[in-house]
Amino acid sequence: MADKNEQTMNLTLKVWRQKGPQEPGRLVEYKVTGVSPDMSFLEMLDVLNEQLVSRGEDAVAFDHDCREGICGMCSLMIDGRAHGPDSAATTCQLHMRRYKDGDTVVIEPFRAKGFPVVKDLVVDRSAFDRIMMAGGFVSVGTGAACDANSILVPKEKADKAMDAAACIGCGACVAACPNAAAMLFVAAKVSQYALLPQGQAERDRRALAMRKAMDAEGFGHCTNEYECEAACPKEIKVSNIARLNREFLRAAVSAD
Amino acid sequence: MKLESKVPSGPIAQKWDKHRFDMKLVNPANKRKFKVLVVGTGLAGSSAAASLAELGYQVEVFCVQDSPRRAHSIAAQGGINAAKNYPNDGDSVWRLFYDTVKGGDFRSREANVYRLAQVSNSIIDQCAAQGVPFAREYGGTLSNRSFGGAQVSRTFYARGQTGQQLLLGAYSALMRQVGAGTVKMHVRREMLDLVVVDGAARGVVVRDLTTGALERHAGDAVLLCTGGYGNVFYLSTNANASNVTAAWRAYKRGAAFANPCFTQIHPTCIPVSGDHQSKLTLMSESLRNDGRVWVPKTKGDPRPAPQIPEDERDYYLERKYPAFGNLVPRDIASRAAKQMIDDGRGVGKTGLSVYLDFADAIKRVGEDKVREKYGNLFDMYHHITDENPYHTPMRIYPAVHYAMGGLWVDYNLMTTIPGLFCLGEANFSDHGANRLGASALMQGLADGYFVIPYTIGGYLGATKLPKVTTDHDAFKEAEASSWERTKRLLAIKGRRTPQDLHRELGKVMWNDVGMARSAASLGDAIRKIPEIRAEFWKNVSVTASNEEFNQTLERAGRVADFLEFGELLAKDALAREESCGGHFRVEHQTADGEAERDDEKFTHVAAWEYKGEGKEPVRHQEPLVYENIHVATRSYA
Repeated sequence: MADKNEQTMNLTLKVWRQKGPQEPGRLVEYKVTGVSPDMSFLEMLDVLNEQLVSRGEDAVAFDHDCREGICGMCSLMIDGRAHGPDSAATTCQLHMRRYKDGDTVVIEPFRAKGFPVVKDLVVDRSAFDRIMMAGGFVSVGTGAACDANSILVPKEKADKAMDAAACIGCGACVAACPNAAAMLFVAAKVSQYALLPQGQAERDRRALAMRKAMDAEGFGHCTNEYECEAACPKEIKVSNIARLNREFLRAAVSAD
Repeated sequence: MKLESKVPSGPIAQKWDKHRFDMKLVNPANKRKFKVLVVGTGLAGSSAAASLAELGYQVEVFCVQDSPRRAHSIAAQGGINAAKNYPNDGDSVWRLFYDTVKGGDFRSREANVYRLAQVSNSIIDQCAAQGVPFAREYGGTLSNRSFGGAQVSRTFYARGQTGQQLLLGAYSALMRQVGAGTVKMHVRREMLDLVVVDGAARGVVVRDLTTGALERHAGDAVLLCTGGYGNVFYLSTNANASNVTAAWRAYKRGAAFANPCFTQIHPTCIPVSGDHQSKLTLMSESLRNDGRVWVPKTKGDPRPAPQIPEDERDYYLERKYPAFGNLVPRDIASRAAKQMIDDGRGVGKTGLSVYLDFADAIKRVGEDKVREKYGNLFDMYHHITDENPYHTPMRIYPAVHYAMGGLWVDYNLMTTIPGLFCLGEANFSDHGANRLGASALMQGLADGYFVIPYTIGGYLGATKLPKVTTDHDAFKEAEASSWERTKRLLAIKGRRTPQDLHRELGKVMWNDVGMARSAASLGDAIRKIPEIRAEFWKNVSVTASNEEFNQTLERAGRVADFLEFGELLAKDALAREESCGGHFRVEHQTADGEAERDDEKFTHVAAWEYKGEGKEPVRHQEPLVYENIHVATRSYA
C-alpha cells in the first residue's frame, strides 16, 4: 500500500471553457502531471490552476467550498456523469486513486436550462433558492415554538424525514436527468415536511407552490428514468418523487 | 479606545431579563424604517436575518456562495448543546454555564455565557418547530448524546449532519422572508469594506463576484456574521472560502480584534497525506463517545493495529483523565495526542497520527448500531483514506478548527464601532480560550435568534441616526480604496499563485504559532510573515480581469488579509505569557505537560486596536471578573 502512494500519474483533461454566460464555450485540452492518487479530484484541478496562473493564464473556474461533501457547492460532469464515477459521493469526495496513468478525463458543467453557465464549469443554481422561497419551510416565527418534546415524532418517521432532508442542493439530479427535471430536489423537501407533524399545517399549500415554482424555472418533467437517484451523492430515493406526486394530487383534489 | 462590556448589574440569573426590560424598544411601525445589513449566512447570519425581518426591519443579506444554504455552518457534524435535562441526568442552565466557562479555561465573560446557557433551550424548541429532523427515541421524544467536557448528555443531533440540518432550518426561515419580500438577498457578494459615517457603521462596499462590479449599500446597522479565521493556517477544517476579510476590514475601520491567539486545534481530524492537500476533514467529536483513542506502548511499534495485543496498547486519555476518559475537551485531547507523537509513539506511515478505535463498540452493540450513529462519518473517512474504519481503527491527528477569538463585542454583541454588530464565530464572546464541542451551533443560533433581535432594538431605539445615502463621501472613499487594492493586485503580474503564498504562510503559522508556541517561535513568525507579505505584493500572479468571475482575484484578496492578520495573531500569542485552553506556551506548563495559566496577570480579554499602516497595534485589556464561578485549575482527571 505504501508503494501506491509514491506513484504519480499524468492525465489529459478536456475541460469546458466558457468566458461568460453569453459567450460560446468549447472543450480545451490540458496535460496535468504529477497527480498523486491521494489527491481529491478538486485538488487535481487546483494543480492545473496553479500551473495556469503561474504562466499568466486564466484559471479554470469551478465551484467548491467545504470539500467534504456537505455544502453542495461543487458540481461537474466528469466523463458524462454528475459528480463523477463514484456512487454516493460529491466531486470533492472523488479521489484520484480512481484513475490510472494516461487516462483522459472530460470535465463539463452541469447542463440544464434551469442552470445557466456563469463561467467555465460554474453554473447558476439560484432557481433552487426560488423554489425554496415558494414553500420550502414551516412558517414558525422566532420565539413562537412550543417545548420541543411536546411535538412527538415517531422514530421511523424522523428517520425517513432525515433521509430526505440529507439533500445538499447540489443539482446533480437535474444534471443527470435527460429532461433536466428538478423533481428529486423538490420531492426531498416536500417529503421531509410531509412526514413530520410540523409540516402538516402547510402541507397542501407547500406541495402546490413548490411544484409551481419548479415549473416556472424551466425544469423538465419526470419520466421515471431514475438517473437522479443514481447520481445523488446523498442517495435520496425516487420513492420521494412518488410521495411528491401523491402530495401534489392530494392537494390538487382537496383544493377548493 | 474604551472597552465597555455593558454587562447589566444584578444577580447573574436576572441580568438578561432585566436588560431586556431596560432596553429601548422600537415600535412595530418604526421598525420598517430601519435597514439592517447582514453579512454572512451561516447559523448566525441566517437566523439573525430571518428573525429581524419577522420583526419588521428591512433586511439586506450578503453571502459569498451561490446560495445562503452553503455557508460553512453546514459542515458542523456532532450536535448542539442545550440545558433541557431531558435525560434527567443532572443538567441545568447553571451546569451548562459552569461547564462552558470551565471548558473555556476561565477566559470568557460570565454574563455572556450565562445568557447563552439560558437561551439554549429556546433554540432547540425553535429548531424542532421548524422541522429540523433531530434524532428521536421510539416514543417520539428527542435523543441526546454526550460530548467532550461534560458529564451529562445534553447534545441534540441529526445523525452526523447537525450543522447541515440546523442551517437548513435557518435558511428555510430566511427563504420564507425573501419570498415575502422582507429580505433582499445578494448572493456571490464579498464584503470589501465597512463604511463608517460620523463614527457609526452605516454601510458596506461589496464586490459582485460574478461581474466584478463594486456596490455600495447603506443601512442603519451592520451585522458581521462572517465566521472564523482558521484558514490563516492554510490547512484547517474550514471551507475553502472561509476568510478573515470582512472582520479584518472592520478592524482597520476601528473595530477591536479580541484574543486572536485563541484558536482551537481539534483532536480528531483525518491526517495530512501530502503537500497537495487543500483542506483537512474533521471526524466529529461525537465519535469519542464510542471510539477509544490509543497508541502502542512501545515507540516505533511497526505492527498493524490488530496485531498489537490489548496489554501493549496505551489508552492514554482513559489513563490520564479517568473521570472524563475519551471525552476530555478538545484542547486537552489535542495536546495529549501531540505528546504521544512527540514521544515517538505515533502511528501510520508518517507517524503523525493516533488510533481512534471502534472495535469495542462494534463488539458491544454491533456494526449496524455503529453505522446508524456514525455512518456518514465512517463513509467520509473511507472515501478520503481508502481504509474501512469498521475493520481497522481510524487514524486521526489534530487540525485547526475553530476561532474562539474574533471581533470584540459588548454584552449587546456590538463592536467598538457603534452600529457594527458581530455574531457567531466571528466574535470572541463566549468560548474563552477553548470551545466545548456542540457549543458553536448553540452560540451561532443564540446570537441570531435570541440576542440580536433584542439588542439591535436597544441600539436603534436609543440612537439618533442622520439619513445617509450611498453618495456620502465615506462611501466614495471606501469604494475607491477597494478598487485601488484590486487594481494593485491585478497589476503585479508576478510568478507565484495566491494559493502558493497562502501555503507558505500556513506553514509558518502551523510550525511557529500552532500547537506549541514559544517566545522564540513566535518571534520567528513575526519576522517571517512580513517577508512573505512583501513577496506577495511583489510577486503574486493574479490573472484575468476584475470585470468577470475571477476566483484567483478573490483568493488573492483573502490571502493578502491573512498575511496581515497572521502577524497580529502571533503578536497576541507572544503577549499572552501563559498557557490556557488552545493557547499553549511551552514556557508555561506543569510538570506533566498541562497548561499553566497565570490568573494574576492574564484574567482579561486582549483587544487590539488598529493604529494605521505600518504602525504597531495597541493591546487593550478588558478585565474578566468572576462573581459566580470559582476560578480553579481545570481538571478532568
